[in-house]
Amino acid sequence: MKNFKDLFETYHWDEAKESIYSKTKNDVEQALNSPKRTLEDFKALVSPAAAPYLEPMAQLSHRLTQKRFGKTVQLFIPLYLSNECTNICTYCGFSLDNKVKRRTLTENEILQEVAVIKKMGYEHVLLVTGEANQTVHVEYFKKVLKLIRPFFAQVSMEVQPLDTDEYTELIPLGLTSVLVYQETYHKADYRKHHPKGKKSSFDYRLETPDRLGRAGINKMGLGVLIGLEDWRTDSFFTALHLHYLERTYWQTRYSLSFPRLRPFSGGLQPKMEMNNRELVQLICAYRLFNEELEISLSTRETEQFRNHCVPLGITSISAGSRTNPGGYAVEPGSLEQFEISDERSSLEIAEMIRAKGYEPVWKDWDKVLQ
Amino acid sequence: MLKIADKEFSSRLFTGTGKFSSLPLMQEALFASESELVTVALRRVDVNNRKDDLLSYLKHPRINLLPNTSGVRTAKEAVFAAQLAREALETNWLKLEIHPDPKYLMPDAVETLLATEELAKAGFIILPYIHADPVLCKRLENAGAAAVMPLGSPIGSNKGLKTIDFLEIIIEQSTIPVIVDAGIGSPSDAARAMEIGADAVLVNTAIAVSENPVQMASAFKMAVEAGRMAFMARLAKQENYAVASSPLTAFLDEEF
Repeated sequence: MKNFKDLFETYHWDEAKESIYSKTKNDVEQALNSPKRTLEDFKALVSPAAAPYLEPMAQLSHRLTQKRFGKTVQLFIPLYLSNECTNICTYCGFSLDNKVKRRTLTENEILQEVAVIKKMGYEHVLLVTGEANQTVHVEYFKKVLKLIRPFFAQVSMEVQPLDTDEYTELIPLGLTSVLVYQETYHKADYRKHHPKGKKSSFDYRLETPDRLGRAGINKMGLGVLIGLEDWRTDSFFTALHLHYLERTYWQTRYSLSFPRLRPFSGGLQPKMEMNNRELVQLICAYRLFNEELEISLSTRETEQFRNHCVPLGITSISAGSRTNPGGYAVEPGSLEQFEISDERSSLEIAEMIRAKGYEPVWKDWDKVLQ
Repeated sequence: MLKIADKEFSSRLFTGTGKFSSLPLMQEALFASESELVTVALRRVDVNNRKDDLLSYLKHPRINLLPNTSGVRTAKEAVFAAQLAREALETNWLKLEIHPDPKYLMPDAVETLLATEELAKAGFIILPYIHADPVLCKRLENAGAAAVMPLGSPIGSNKGLKTIDFLEIIIEQSTIPVIVDAGIGSPSDAARAMEIGADAVLVNTAIAVSENPVQMASAFKMAVEAGRMAFMARLAKQENYAVASSPLTAFLDEEF
């Protein structure tokens, strides 16, 4: 059976990093002029050598994104179901060692949250939890999917990694896409940031997209938490992962997100900061590398930055988000997983998208397609 | 006049509804195109909402809706989606597109044939989106398709008629209308497709994503008309061989 882990183990972090940092202007120009871009081209585009080429990269990214996705931006909203968690993650507000009130929404509470979300106009919901396998397990997810499916055209999940047969059980209940972020592809650093809990197994997480692919998921989301390690190297490994997955699970769609480490109560300082200019470089590099990739931008980013990113290559965006279970209706004041920068409502975001010359799309899937 | 199933069309330009920057602009462009058949992705329509925004912008006596099955991966899913589309959009016309490959949106020939057989039997007017594969087109014709929609190049690519040699064979052999779909990037591509005898073309990205979709829609309208007119007038033949002298056969004129 094919597995990304086997491919991954033929690479070395330091070699990849060195190769990125030794890319030259010439490599960047070659990448920009190539009609089909390779992983080596991607390295050049995320390298420091590409910094002076940001405007031409943005122009290309803008054109390619419009060609594929048109002048549209999709809207979705997260629904936090639970902040119970048995993992320690040094950067997360829900970490086991963080003293916050824990809550897992009941069916009744979920319906209250759904009612508020539906009023905002959403058809695509992203279910989010921590990892608490005793209470928030596959049976809980099955219950939730059955409960909320009638209300949404599209349901995505960002929860703990599951086994192939568990995904196979959830997909027919209306699960369209699953997001699993590797956080970092640097194995030693991964261990440092995930000292306790099931999440401490680097390999189990690394193999999750393979399990999702085998289960036949419609769409999966990849990404790393930017700030844990050198973002250029981590992004290269993400691109490598994507490249492998697209060829292996060719019936699946792929999406990507770039969460930058944000402060939370008792937060971790980023090891390596990424400025706005660099984030734009990364968005454009991914678009130039992969024209079909769906790219979303988090509410962690500021209003102004999000506004300007719309024409650059972003295809989906969330708005009016709460990152605490019960945040919409049940218990709006509770502690969030991370601080949101962009606090505009869904209507304000839709208005901004229109003002940028794009159509906000609420529905682009249907229950009938499951 | 172009006739597909029992419907006649005075415009040979079919259009799509995706990728526009706003619904009012989409409507304006569709009007400018004078298109009478407009595809709508079922996945974009809220079937439970009779006041769905997209559909309300398409209400016009000239515009016929052609629901498409974008997003389905198998014949089974397509059949299910077709029934829903018929109910929701009140038409038995269907652009059948089955692409299990979400990257390049390549149509699945096997599943498309299976679904066409089943849906045509069930009374649907099926217009399958497929590769420019002449044999497949004949098979679809036998299976009851109302027209075939071979691609000019990968969908959304604006690369033009990369498959022209195969399109010519399809057009030559077909007894049902041939609509060149996908890849038409400019009015000259559309004109070329019409010149080689296509019955119609379907254009979406090239109109929706242009700087001025309304003007572009109008340009496509004229190109399609010009191409059709040229086809009817029979293009002067391109000569591939010399006719000035006949060194090999001149001896026949000599007296023996």
